[in-house]
Parts: sequence; structure tokens; C-alpha cells
Amino acid sequence: MIAERYINAVVLLGLLVVPSYALMVDEPFTITLATRAVVLALAAVGLNIALGTGGLVSLGHAVFFGLGGYAMGILAFHAQTYAPLSLGIFEIGGTKSMPIIWLVAIVVSALAALAIGLLSLRTSGVYFIMITLAFGQMFYYFAISWSAYGGEDGLSIYLRNDFPGLNTLQPMPFFGLCLALLCLALILHWRLLLSPFGLALNAARQAPQRVETVGLNPMRLRLVAFVISGAVTGLAGALFADLNRFVSPTMFSWQLSGELIVLIIIGGVGRLFGPVLGAILFVVLEHWLGAVTDFWHVWLGVILLLIVLFARGGLLGLLTGKEGPHV
Amino acid sequence: MSDAVLSTKNLVKTFGALKAIDDVSVDLRPGEIHAIIGPNGAGKSTLIAQIAGALRPDAGSVWMGDRDVTRLDTSARARLGLGRTFQISALAMEDTVLENVLLGALGHSGKPWRLFRKVHADAELRARAMAALERVQLADATHTRTSALSHGLRRQLEVAVALTLNPRAFVMDEPMAGLGAEGSKVMTGFLDGLRQEAPILLIEHDMDAVFALADRISVLVYGQVIASGTVDDIRRSAEVRRAYLGEDA
Repeated sequence: MIAERYINAVVLLGLLVVPSYALMVDEPFTITLATRAVVLALAAVGLNIALGTGGLVSLGHAVFFGLGGYAMGILAFHAQTYAPLSLGIFEIGGTKSMPIIWLVAIVVSALAALAIGLLSLRTSGVYFIMITLAFGQMFYYFAISWSAYGGEDGLSIYLRNDFPGLNTLQPMPFFGLCLALLCLALILHWRLLLSPFGLALNAARQAPQRVETVGLNPMRLRLVAFVISGAVTGLAGALFADLNRFVSPTMFSWQLSGELIVLIIIGGVGRLFGPVLGAILFVVLEHWLGAVTDFWHVWLGVILLLIVLFARGGLLGLLTGKEGPHV
Repeated sequence: MSDAVLSTKNLVKTFGALKAIDDVSVDLRPGEIHAIIGPNGAGKSTLIAQIAGALRPDAGSVWMGDRDVTRLDTSARARLGLGRTFQISALAMEDTVLENVLLGALGHSGKPWRLFRKVHADAELRARAMAALERVQLADATHTRTSALSHGLRRQLEVAVALTLNPRAFVMDEPMAGLGAEGSKVMTGFLDGLRQEAPILLIEHDMDAVFALADRISVLVYGQVIASGTVDDIRRSAEVRRAYLGEDA
């Protein structure tokens, strides 16, 4: 069996080597595919903080993904139409600057996670799943009916947004940005796991009564985890929108929430690189199998079934021979 | 009554038509072990849940010293110095032994919000955690995964987590449950010494342990305290024998 950190290193190396090779042999589409994997991985890393470490099975994380996407879409739309964005009493201009868009995406999704978390964390188990799903559907139908920003058709952004000092129109620099942000999110999750907060959150998932009897409040711990989780997924939404130069209500769809969960389960729940491995496999299957058959999801389903039945620790569990993320 | 560390006054809890706890007043004084005994279904678990804050009473109050804590939740009572152990071990099974006591130390410190410091590198937390492990003779098992511990060692770990809180009062729900004769003896010896540090409200089925340890015993039957007194009082009480020990007096 292989130590998890070696697998992680290989995965990371693969994410560097494959796009670099694609750049050399001039296959920009491969770089775009890799970017898609990295962005989905980032969204799933966000969810993994809530789901894997906190034990919060959110079937509504597409809310944050969509909010990040629309934060990008709306700001860039106003920038490209030169129409100011009206926020009630005052107006601001749109922007094409990625750092500002990212910040807005993070703040908006964190605030949404705070509000949704405050309401939904009172419940647990299947009720939590349902209430997060309900929030997801609310946002989804709101986006469909929001005609100012394209309604059902979504919003197209003509040019990718700017990052100081980089030509983001080329696939490689944009991939580099996404990979850097993914690494930052992984470092964030890793440091959280080692921190007092991570210890308490981990315990709150396994034995909430115990956490209460030592004088800590499990609900507050979960709320903070949910907010951090939502913020990371929101950032991924902004990148996803920039990758496609398009946002639409499907970013809010419950299928997307479900896919994020599937990515994590395939890779390994609660494991640092679980979502990364899951996202890579997902994109590879989507591309290769998708070229062979329109029904590639069936095969994804088979893989998911096999993993749930025979490899509870996901691919990482299978490779390391350890079912849980711990010890 | 006045010097009681922990007390309940006229507690009542009903579930539908059933009066699970019916006007129960018990107290715990410094330096003592006060055992609550009673047959299955007598309301012991309900009583302990109300004392710990997991269950709201319908009437009556819970006091820690001269502070009314009836409206405080479990975590607030823990911060005031209530150290509880569970009948069925409630531990983070995937975590190591050390991590479980570190959680207690973290609760004691009241600082769980440091997001970027390494919990294992915090000397203060670690010292508190290790001290608790040493006291229950678990220092050798520091890095063992909790799920790999034997039942008896898990019970000891339960007590260690409570120790990290430096509680003013312990509330222990069947610490001997499932321990063999040997384990029971070890635990009895340990609790015997512990009472000087903080008094223990002990719920226990193991009568040998109760008679060996308790300074006072209260007998709970059908949600009511039918007798309360020293070990000898209880042994002699005809009513207790009839209601609980099942003997013909």
C-alpha cells in the first residue's frame, strides 16, 4: 500500500505535467480540460470541508458555486456594457478584474452560507440534506426568472477577465491561476485539520454530545465550517464562469450539488486530495467516455456503486489501504 | 443544602402520561460520592440528562453552587465546571486517545477558534491532556486510535476527558458498565481518590462498587426518591429492599 502523501504528490505533479506537455505539443483543449478538473476540484475541496470534516451532507452547495458564477457574470456584464450596477441607493461600475471578482464571490457566498447555515444547521441527517436542497432550488428558480441577467438563457461574457501581469486569454496562465487557488484551498483545509478548530469540528462529527460536555458548541463549529466551505465553493464558481465565459442557472442546479458529492465520494471523503482525484477522474471520464457514448453517466454510476460497495474510503482509501482519513 | 456544589430542586419531567422524574431533589456536597441507584426505568438517565443540561425539566431547577443553571445548555454547564461521563462511551472513535483528551483541554481553554495554529504544538493544551492521561494510566496509549481501545480503556478515557476540564463536580453515568471484576476494582480505586478533588454524583448498577464507594445513596424508583442516606441506612431500609433489591422484608 502506498502512503497517502506520495499519491497526493503524484496527483499534484500530474496536474503540472499534463498541461505543460499539452502546451508543448500545442493541444490547448487538454489544458482547458485540466482547468475544468482543477476548478471542479476546488469546488469539491470547499464542500469537503463541510461534508468530509464537518459531516454536513449539503445537497445545496451549488448555491455557492452559482453565486460565485453570477458574481463574476454580473460584474463582468456591467463592465462590458458600461452600464453601472445599481445597488439601491448607490451605483457602482462593473469590473473585469479577477481579484476583485474573486473577493466579491467569496464574500457573497460566505454571507449566503452564514444565512443558510443559521437556518439549516438546526436540523441534521436527512432533514439537513433536504433543507440545503430546498435552498438550492430556490436560488435555481430565482436565477431562471431573473431576466435582467439572462434568465434561463444565462449570461455570456465576451472576454475572459483580467489578472494583473498575466494574459488570461491564453489557456495556460489561466490554468496556472486556478491551480494556484486550488493549492491555496488545499493548504487552508490542511491547516484547518491540524488546528484546534479542526480537532473540535472533527469530534463534533463523530461525537457531538462529547463536544458539548467539554463546553464547546457543535453548532457554532459547524456554522464556521459551513461558511468557510461555502466561500471556497463560491470562489470556484467565479473561476468556472470565467473558464466558460458563461453563467447560467444550471450552476445552481441540484445535479451540480450532487456531482460535487459524487466527486468527493469517488476520491475519498474527508481526505485532503479526495476531491482532487475525484474531479480528475470525473473530467477524464466525461471526456473519453463522453466521446464514445452519450450515456457515459451510466459508467460513472457503476464506478460510484463499486466504490460505495467495495471501497468506502474512495480511490484514496483503495490505494492507501486505509478506509478513514485519519491515523 | 447551602454548601452543595450541585443540586436539583423539585425536578419534574413527564413523557406523555409517564412521570419519569417526579419531584426529585438531590444534592452533592464537597468531598463526597453520592450514588443514585434504582431499577431499570427508574428515571436515572432522565435525571442525569436534566442535570447535565441535555433535557429541559418541566418544573423544578438545577443549581451549581448558588447559581441557577436550569436554563443553561450542556456546554454552558460544562464551562461552569460540570464534568460528565457517559454510560455508552461518547468518544471520537476515529481520533487518537490524545486527540480525545486534547478536545477536553480545548474546551477548558475556551479557545477553539484558532484556525491556523497546530493543536498538537500547543504546549499548554498538551500538558493538560497528558496529565489527564497519566492519571488514568493511559499515557502509553497516547497515539492509539480510540476505536482500537478495549471497552475498559475507553471507560478510563471517558474519565480522562472529564478530568481535563478541572470540574467542580463530576456526574458519572455507570462508569463500571461492562467492566470485568478487575476493571471494576481499578475504577473503584480511582474514583475513591478522585472525590477529594471534586465530588461525584454516581449512577451505578454495580452494587459492590456503590457500597464500597458511596458516602450517601439515594434510591430512585418510578421517578421518586424513596430513600436517601448513608450506606448503612440504605442497607437497613425495609422499603428499599422491597422496592429495589426485590427481597421480602
